[in-house]
Amino acid sequence: MAETVLMRNFSNPDSHTLDAYRAAGGYTAWDRALEMEPAAITEEVKKANLRGLGGAGFPTGAKWSFIPKNHTGPVYLVVNADEGEPGTFKDRYLLERDPHALIEGMLIAARAIRSDKGFIYIRGEYVQPWRRFSAAVKEAYDAGLLGRGFDVVVHRGAGAYICGEETGLLSSLEGKKGWPKIKPPFPAIKGAFGQPTIVNNVETLCCVPPIVTRGAEWFAGLGTKTQGGTRMYSVSGRVKKPAVYEAPVSITLRQLIELAGGVTGTGRLKAVVPGGGSAAILTANEIDVTMDVDGLKAAGSMIGSAGVMVMDESVSIPEALMVLARFYAHESCGQCTPCRESTGWIYKMVHRIVDGHGRKDDLDTILDVAKRGAGTTICAFYDGAVGPYISYIEKFRSEFEALIPHA
Amino acid sequence: MSQGQHAPGAAIAFSEAQLGEVRRLQGLYPDARGALLPVLHMAQDTFGHISLEVEDYVASLFSISPAHVHEVVTFYTLYFRERPGRHVLSICHNLSCHLAGARGIIEHAKRRLGIEAGETTADGRVTLLTVECLCACEAAPMAQVDDRYELNLTPEKLDRLLEGLR
Repeated sequence: MAETVLMRNFSNPDSHTLDAYRAAGGYTAWDRALEMEPAAITEEVKKANLRGLGGAGFPTGAKWSFIPKNHTGPVYLVVNADEGEPGTFKDRYLLERDPHALIEGMLIAARAIRSDKGFIYIRGEYVQPWRRFSAAVKEAYDAGLLGRGFDVVVHRGAGAYICGEETGLLSSLEGKKGWPKIKPPFPAIKGAFGQPTIVNNVETLCCVPPIVTRGAEWFAGLGTKTQGGTRMYSVSGRVKKPAVYEAPVSITLRQLIELAGGVTGTGRLKAVVPGGGSAAILTANEIDVTMDVDGLKAAGSMIGSAGVMVMDESVSIPEALMVLARFYAHESCGQCTPCRESTGWIYKMVHRIVDGHGRKDDLDTILDVAKRGAGTTICAFYDGAVGPYISYIEKFRSEFEALIPHA
Repeated sequence: MSQGQHAPGAAIAFSEAQLGEVRRLQGLYPDARGALLPVLHMAQDTFGHISLEVEDYVASLFSISPAHVHEVVTFYTLYFRERPGRHVLSICHNLSCHLAGARGIIEHAKRRLGIEAGETTADGRVTLLTVECLCACEAAPMAQVDDRYELNLTPEKLDRLLEGLR
């Protein structure tokens, strides 16, 4: 198996402690970053081709460089640890097993963007990861790593998927309901509490210390032309060994399923969700695709948060869509009409189809509503819902039709 | 004591130490309001749930309108507006858990507890909820019991779990 970068410390049962992290070479990247100019750190991350691993895949170094150069007030670094994309569980592992890697990544990122205050927004349900991470923050303060020019506030969410959307997260961090904000202005210009803010995912920041110690070229070389590094794939569903697997982003979906022990159930693959619930579904014939941002985009889906959910032939695709449609109906924040209304109605329609009461025009109505609404809302939530609505129905239409009387 | 009510005469107020913690939390954010979610967590831990009276009280600590607190409390799933059972069992019904048989686990829990999802047993012991992805799909089907994740559930494992909840 290829080299592990992000999960390098996981096999040590004490990996969450400062002593273990230091013994494994931890915080030497921070020492090195202290010798570097902030702009040089950003440049290194750009050259490494690091792309955001939370979902959108935006180039991290470019994002950092959007902080206005002439800004004199505070700049905030916000860590998005509001992991909630269906089928994703990697950040939970990082928070629990290598919290100091994240703190070191935060320190380096904060130096690059000249921030003296960081917030980490951890989803409310993650009580254990929150305790682990908070303990690591305390260790880092006691050791003088934090509190000398950079402070970290650990913030707990309260249950809302939309707070994983970066501007919804900022609203929530400000003590409001988690309604996303219209962009522009982007957070780098006007973010948390009205100040320039960089929001980065947990895993993204954990990539930063290895980039600083081992160099941008090495990191870039692990991946594809347009995305460097390895990433953590959360593999679940009908596979023999559901788990988180670290692999270079050039791995194919077929190889990843093999890595997870292959398909269970009937043993015959029917479909795979490659990048969390909001990714378009791929059929068994579409899995020779590389699991990087651009590879999945070219395949008409997205890598998103790299949550891979595998379905064997016995899985009902209409039922799977009903489960996801229920999720989107429940989690729509209600701000934009197309999303608030469509997610509710589409769930009802898919539900009645599964119950055998579908109407002849239901499938076309869902497709029509989904396509019209895409791109009309403040945030990407509804576009994320549209991915599954359209792809499940278009790729498995006969399975839906078989459930509709007189279709 | 009926659901949604605090004990008669019980004052809705934090202790001095807790008020100190509220001020500490408020001081962590550039705008004190950033501490609203953490303080609501504290309030729920202290008063059992977030009633309208608790909303009023928390609003007074932030000098904001109770309506602002209400819209926050009602937006998030982890704030209880009525008193939940002594234990909260939240079973995931999202896709990975669905693929691993969550539906059967949920039906089993309903039968064992004699309630529907969203309800609390008559003795106030357990509130049963179905929830969206808790991000432990490698161990599906799974649930959250109070602040713990319970993984790789089977009907038998769920029975043992329920027996342990007093």
